Amino acid sequence: MSYEIKGERGDWEVVVGLEVHAQIISNAKLFSGAAAQFGAAPNTQVSLVDAAMPGMLPVLNGHCVAQAVRTGLGLKAKINKRSVFERKNYFYPDLPPGYQISQYAQPIVGEGSILLDLPDGSTRAVGIERLHMEQDAGKSLHDQDPNRTFIDLNRAGVALMEIVSKPDIRSPEEAGLYLRKLRSILRYLGTCDGNMEEGSMRADVNVSVRPKGSNELRTRAEVKNVNSVRFVMQAIEAEAARQVAIYDAGGEVKQETRLYDSEKGETRPMRIKEFAHDYRYFPDPDLLPLVLTDEYIRKIEAALPELPDAKKQRFIAELGLSPYDAQVLAAERETADYFERVAQGGAGGKKGRRDAKQVANWVTGALFAHLNETGKTIAASPVAAEALGELLDLVADGTISGRIAKDVFAEMAATGKPAKAIIAAKGLTQISDAGVIEAAVNEVIAANPKQVADVRAGKEKTIGWLVGQVMKATQGKANPQMVNELLKRKLGG
Amino acid sequence: MTALTGLSIAAVRDGLASRDFTAIELARAHLQAMEKTRHLNAFITETPEIALERAKQSDARRAKGRALGPMDGVPVAIKDLFCTADVLTTGGSHILDGFKPTYESTVTAKLKAAGAVMLGKTNLDEFAMGSSNITSYHGPVKNPWRGKRNDDLVPGGSSGGSAAAVAAGLSACAIGTDTGGSIRQPASFCGIVGMKPTYGRCSRWGIVAFASSLDQAGPFARSVEDTAILLAAMAGHDPRDSTSAPVDVPDFAAALGKGAKGLKVGIPKEYTMDGMPAEIDKLWKQGIAWMRAQGATCREVSLPHTRYALPTYYIVAPAEASSNLARYDGVRYGLRVAGKTLDEMYAATRGEGFGPEVRRRVLIGTYVLSAGYYDAYYLKAQKVRALIADDFRKVFGQVDVLLTPTAPSAAFAIGEKMDDPVAMYLNDVFTVPASLAGLPAISVPAGLDADGLPLGLHLIAKPFDEATLFRAAQALEEACGFATRPPGFGGNR
Repeated sequence: MSYEIKGERGDWEVVVGLEVHAQIISNAKLFSGAAAQFGAAPNTQVSLVDAAMPGMLPVLNGHCVAQAVRTGLGLKAKINKRSVFERKNYFYPDLPPGYQISQYAQPIVGEGSILLDLPDGSTRAVGIERLHMEQDAGKSLHDQDPNRTFIDLNRAGVALMEIVSKPDIRSPEEAGLYLRKLRSILRYLGTCDGNMEEGSMRADVNVSVRPKGSNELRTRAEVKNVNSVRFVMQAIEAEAARQVAIYDAGGEVKQETRLYDSEKGETRPMRIKEFAHDYRYFPDPDLLPLVLTDEYIRKIEAALPELPDAKKQRFIAELGLSPYDAQVLAAERETADYFERVAQGGAGGKKGRRDAKQVANWVTGALFAHLNETGKTIAASPVAAEALGELLDLVADGTISGRIAKDVFAEMAATGKPAKAIIAAKGLTQISDAGVIEAAVNEVIAANPKQVADVRAGKEKTIGWLVGQVMKATQGKANPQMVNELLKRKLGG
Repeated sequence: MTALTGLSIAAVRDGLASRDFTAIELARAHLQAMEKTRHLNAFITETPEIALERAKQSDARRAKGRALGPMDGVPVAIKDLFCTADVLTTGGSHILDGFKPTYESTVTAKLKAAGAVMLGKTNLDEFAMGSSNITSYHGPVKNPWRGKRNDDLVPGGSSGGSAAAVAAGLSACAIGTDTGGSIRQPASFCGIVGMKPTYGRCSRWGIVAFASSLDQAGPFARSVEDTAILLAAMAGHDPRDSTSAPVDVPDFAAALGKGAKGLKVGIPKEYTMDGMPAEIDKLWKQGIAWMRAQGATCREVSLPHTRYALPTYYIVAPAEASSNLARYDGVRYGLRVAGKTLDEMYAATRGEGFGPEVRRRVLIGTYVLSAGYYDAYYLKAQKVRALIADDFRKVFGQVDVLLTPTAPSAAFAIGEKMDDPVAMYLNDVFTVPASLAGLPAISVPAGLDADGLPLGLHLIAKPFDEATLFRAAQALEEACGFATRPPGFGGNR
């Protein structure tokens, strides 16, 4: 996936690292018992700790720790048995204590990696530098009143994981794949819902450029708080182009924090004040160092679900899927579960399973098409896995043809009715009665002497047209294989 | 001082039990004494309604034979650094103007649950920063002791109001907080017993924070036994404070009366300081003789890093304070001074809301945590702190307790040392090392200086070995026979 930016004196490549803030799935905040649900009325999920009332103390939420460890293990990363919460000090009205509790010198998770699934079916590893836990700040609402700013502290103290990649990403597409893969892993683990619209996943994008083929790392700009995969990709493109233009003009790129304006498709610097801080990090004296035992980590590891990479490999090795289908089906846990429920159910096929390739075709074909059209998630699919399996069984046992099955599926999707009921009501059962088929074949032969003559003269392709005529005469219900064989026999093919 | 206001906790307990007087009578007597003694400025807020209500409840319990324990009905004064529900809590600062918490600190809640009768909130140095109670926004406290020159003396600090109240018989006992000596030094200046428990023994939840890794609540009383009784009602693990120790609270009072026989007392040679007043040295030597007379063995020990303790403390404590006090920003509670911009509002509020000593420490703390200075100051201080703690660990392999002076002088006049912060900081020279090491320590009134002012001796014990500390302190108390009250306050001179 080579990505080049044409400069005046040669090609450039882009070097990207991502810092993803992922909200930990947890009922309560990182250091307080207040609820952490999205969309509550302003300031209804605020404890005395979140509001930084005098004398209030943080108490670490053990569930959030387990979630961070789970995520670290999912990223095949080193779990640090000793980590330290520090205070990042700065004044802002939506940060009540005047400091954010974060991890700095000693994060809970160290180096790991993520495999990108490239479009050609190959993979590429992107390194993870670290993962640390921290609190979110509240929200400043500047648009509620002309003269005042309102503060909503519902988010203040909500648990986040900051997941920092190494500068291994070389194109906007890879950044997109990285984010999608990370999101997929987090969702598999149940540690973050990955919902970028609701802000439960946000990315800071570090971008620099360098002449193609060089190994240097030039000054980077950080594009802050980008809230969709598409915008991340666009921001990289825009920022890389901007930097190349600066170098082309003989300038130097400044190390700075920028924002991506999706309407204008450009990045621009943040106001100086917002980042010219000396954060004065120091270990939070209200919290002891976080010490994990091997046993604790092993317990979490033992309970990890099968993750997308392993699932993909299994789909290829055990079910014979193509790498592409395997990756598509494994990308989301719900999809994979659906696929497996269809593939592993039923009485037909090897080892009591349905034909996995056929199931994959149905799921990525007819089902995805319907879901895309109707904007539904697979969890809300009108055709349940069991219902789809039943339909495929009816094709396998010859009750209906594959062609009729497409129509039946459409009807199932539209009405939610089971396949059998639709087939019975519409009389769609396949005709396999040799006598009935022979009668129809005879009629077609009699009615089309010219085509029959062509076949007899050696024009074999015309036999397909005659099959079509028989199918038409039987409203598609005749067993196409039987029709084919009978025609060939009668016409001496 | 009526008879009722001079009683020990033990005498109150016995008197209430034998119906010699009621809790209401006791409360009234103390409230009257407070009214008559307002010129000392020991209280910022008097809470007569609460006192009488709680006394009434205490009497009602006792009438039903359901008295709660030794603290039931006992009057207690609360340093105004403890948050008390619906009662003004100032921290001695202008910036908390009008602040009435909706919550009760763990320690005061425990006292309430034990039946103690809160008389009011005592004056203190602003945010507990000071050694003379002159930095309070609510004015200085006068020491009930006046000395031969008859000028107004400081009570010590920061818990000056609590110490003065107990010394003057306005309360049977009081609670304070000790960060670098804020209980022990005022106890010494006021001729009473003041004790700092092991760090983690009492919950910090609901105490307005000064320096989180050092702050610890502790008792004041007029005898070692009373101090032990009061501490038992304050102490215990609190899941809301992550630094509170999950250890059992022993029956401290039960350890008393065992004498000093067999006790090994260490005399740290590094506590002999240049320019130490002869009277202090003499009292210290007398203390050694007293301990020997009580059956203890005394030997010289070495704590080689002692001389670095004060500078270390004055880096660590302001560093933490600069961050802890960031929440006082005028946004959510307390004082707000308007400004044209957010930054102006912050500056105006904090500039006006904090007094000069608090501003000084916030500046020092911000400086030592700043980029470029962090390693040289904060990090170095943390390392030295570890060495100091290690000194103690080694010595406590050889001895049970350490004996030192509490403070380098007796109470000085209000107005003295006011323009020399370093001279003021030297007040804590003997108390700070135990604070840095988190050790329990106690000041026992031991004698009078040439001006007729009280001087204390200081004992330090192993972590969570308060029982031995009380035992040694009681032996010392017995030996020195200090039964003097300040003249005019039941004093016997």
